[in-house]
Amino acid sequence: MLPMNKLWLGLGGLVVAAVSPAAMAAWGLNMPKGITGISRETYDLHMLIFWICVAIGVVVYGVLIYSLFAYRKSKGAIPASFHHSTKVEIVWTVIPFVILIAMAIPSTRVLTQIYDSSESDLDIMVTGYQWRWQYRYLTEEGEEVTFFSNLATPEEQIYNRAEKGENYLLEVDEPLVVPANKKVRLLLTSADVIHSWWVPALSVKKDAVPGFVNESWFNAEVTGTYRGQCTELCGQDHGFMPVVVNVVEQAEFDAWLAEKQAAAAAVAELANQEWTLDQLVAQGQTVYTTFCMACHQQNGQGLPPAFPALTGSAIATGPIADHVTTVLNGRPGTAMAAYGALLSPVDMAAVITYERNAIGNNVGDMITPVEILQIQAAAQ
Amino acid sequence: MATGHDDHHHGPAKGFTRWLYTTNHKDIGSMYLWFSFAMFLLGGTFALVIRAELFQPGLQFVEPEFFNQMTTMHGLVMVFGAVMPAFVGLANWMIPLMIGAPDMALPRMNNWSFWILPFAFAMLASTLFMEAGAPNFGWTFYAPLSTTYAPSTVTFFIFAIHIMGASSIMGSINIIATIQNLRAPGMTYMKMPLFVWTWLITAYLLIAVMPVLAGVVTMMLFDIHFGTSFFSAAGGGDPVLFQHVFWFFGHPEVYIMILPAFGVVSEIIPTFSRKKLFGYDSMVYATSSIAFLSFIVWAHHMFTTGMPLAGELFFMYATMLIAVPTGVKVFNWVTTMFKGSISFETPMLFSIAFVVLFTMGGFTGLMLAIAPADFQYHDTYFVVAHFHYVLVPGAVFSIMAAAYYWLPKWTGNMYDEALGKLHFWLSFVGINILFFPQHFLGLAGMPRRIPDYALQFADFNMVSTVGAFIFGFSQLLFLFIVVKTVLGGKKATAQVWEGAEGLEWTVPSPAPYHTFTTPPLVP
Repeated sequence: MLPMNKLWLGLGGLVVAAVSPAAMAAWGLNMPKGITGISRETYDLHMLIFWICVAIGVVVYGVLIYSLFAYRKSKGAIPASFHHSTKVEIVWTVIPFVILIAMAIPSTRVLTQIYDSSESDLDIMVTGYQWRWQYRYLTEEGEEVTFFSNLATPEEQIYNRAEKGENYLLEVDEPLVVPANKKVRLLLTSADVIHSWWVPALSVKKDAVPGFVNESWFNAEVTGTYRGQCTELCGQDHGFMPVVVNVVEQAEFDAWLAEKQAAAAAVAELANQEWTLDQLVAQGQTVYTTFCMACHQQNGQGLPPAFPALTGSAIATGPIADHVTTVLNGRPGTAMAAYGALLSPVDMAAVITYERNAIGNNVGDMITPVEILQIQAAAQ
Repeated sequence: MATGHDDHHHGPAKGFTRWLYTTNHKDIGSMYLWFSFAMFLLGGTFALVIRAELFQPGLQFVEPEFFNQMTTMHGLVMVFGAVMPAFVGLANWMIPLMIGAPDMALPRMNNWSFWILPFAFAMLASTLFMEAGAPNFGWTFYAPLSTTYAPSTVTFFIFAIHIMGASSIMGSINIIATIQNLRAPGMTYMKMPLFVWTWLITAYLLIAVMPVLAGVVTMMLFDIHFGTSFFSAAGGGDPVLFQHVFWFFGHPEVYIMILPAFGVVSEIIPTFSRKKLFGYDSMVYATSSIAFLSFIVWAHHMFTTGMPLAGELFFMYATMLIAVPTGVKVFNWVTTMFKGSISFETPMLFSIAFVVLFTMGGFTGLMLAIAPADFQYHDTYFVVAHFHYVLVPGAVFSIMAAAYYWLPKWTGNMYDEALGKLHFWLSFVGINILFFPQHFLGLAGMPRRIPDYALQFADFNMVSTVGAFIFGFSQLLFLFIVVKTVLGGKKATAQVWEGAEGLEWTVPSPAPYHTFTTPPLVP
């Protein structure tokens, strides 16, 4: 079935887009104006240069099209013999140069503003992982809030077994929450490969480079939910690590942050509880689905040779100490990351216990969050 | 001394060894062109896999991992297998004919520089059948995705790149040696056809940057196998260093793929306008300026990596400057047509489309140069649209124009003009349906290199895929036309085109196996 109706719709869209800037926004064809001062300046710059290009295009294409019609051999055109004019050539070297200077001045001004990330109200550390974002609010010592933001779109939608939702591929389990009208500074880095954090409405796109920290900032003026994606190829699930930012009023943000801080304290407390094997396996399933499944797969069979199977593997069915070491420290030189700093002691204990007692394994042993804490303390 | 050697009969040998042992520039040129066309179809097939997957949201045909292999192989095969060898093939065929030389200056090296290429690409393509899969890190292969996190087949990729680089370096040494030493008496530099000029400059670019590419893949090799940390911060290295070294190669590489195209178009437009090229001198100076500027703009590919403000400003200004010499070239082509006597044979149609659509790519290039706006454009489909506009209706259209233009000289037969025009119009319409909507996709926020996308991008992706299949399948028509012309057709005269000028039109069609054994005199 050929999608001719869609094709004509699209072509019609092109025509509409060419004549009407208002239609561009309505059809989602143009860059969004965004909700920050910088994003609007960037939009204006974009449109300025666009119209300059259109103007030059009209002249150049105009002369070209005129020549193609006026000087046809079939209409008996006799070729002229000129092939050189120093005067004309100087003119069309100098005029573009002047136009370029006219473009460079506003560009330089906006760029200088973008680079001023000083005097921020809130600092957030953004760390890229294959394939999720981690946000860490750099508030008072001991009250820092850290969480992962994972794709929330179910696999059934991606594989066309369920109808796709409105925010297909642009939805996460926990969005970044920031206060409106505050200067938010992002410190970006990565735990594995290079990622790039982009939200068009904020006009922020910055690479997250492993081993280095980049800076960017925004001041969101309108509350709401804004969506973006990772824009640097980062492996298999590059297309599946969206960015979602909730901009809320300061009071709402304060309440949210307090709640997050309380929840973090509760999680820390959980580690000291008594845990049974069944409880750990149940908790571990969620952790496995979020962190391990993309590579090792739901059934534990992995995607050899890049991502080995866990079912029946020497690590997941051998001595538990080796299993713990592998998950805590990762496997240098492979895609297996060190999860020691990423998972809480409870999640760490749970996922290890899960891998040994589910996904086709049945070792029967377990490790408790307290033991994880002891191993981590001993390592330091 | 032995005498009696009969040197009157110097036609080609028979059978496969003719091609294997040949040192004849025309044979080698033909092999380059056929090889390039085979790679064009292979890389095109990869592209159609990509576009088929992107026809609708959701995953239908391939897994994300394989999708990444397709984008990577598409880029590598098209850049190193299709576009570059095509221009080397044209250089082999035409430069000796255009400057009145009997052959290339270094014929045995010429043979070798071609024959290592099929092995390089066989090795690269064989990774598709290996357990770890083909390279999946994009044709720009940024570290550490291409080092620590790469599939084990990356080593084959590195070796293949080394062989391709060696081939290019030998090819360009040969072209420089030929142009500088074998010009016919009277052919001064400023009398050389522009195709020869642009290739001379391109060859110098190749010699300058292919070793840099070899260097960067060697650093990768050491990081992967010998414990160094050039691109790993954990060992004191820097992943962004990779990008600097890569793009120091990569940006001149862009001009390596377009300067010979400028040359081709500068030959064809005057012929079918029946008027001399406007501003020959300024064309030469503009090409040289572009070549120089190409070395100082590389970091405009890296505006989002976190460069200091001063760096951003320098690379923004330098990049904008390229618009000046590029503009001069476009103005010159348009002015050549102005007050000419224009006819619209297939090579001219492709050349006019080149001027129009390459200029489109130039406009978006200027937009991308503006660093603050680039923060929004970078790594989106806007960039994909931009570089495909300069590469496909740019470089590829110029190669097709060249093929139609010189095919009668190569084969002695005229191609079928009606079919040629059909091929042009299918390509022209297909390419615009394919790439024009991608500007909108990028501005609306669709990142490149993703196998699946949000629903607001669905309509334009569907349009784009329809265009891709139109363009892709119309290239089979091109194959048919070329084969038909090789097999027979209306006999071509030596002059072929009424308005054509240059030494290549003074030899019979088809060009004899050996030409200019005694140099012609250029007035």
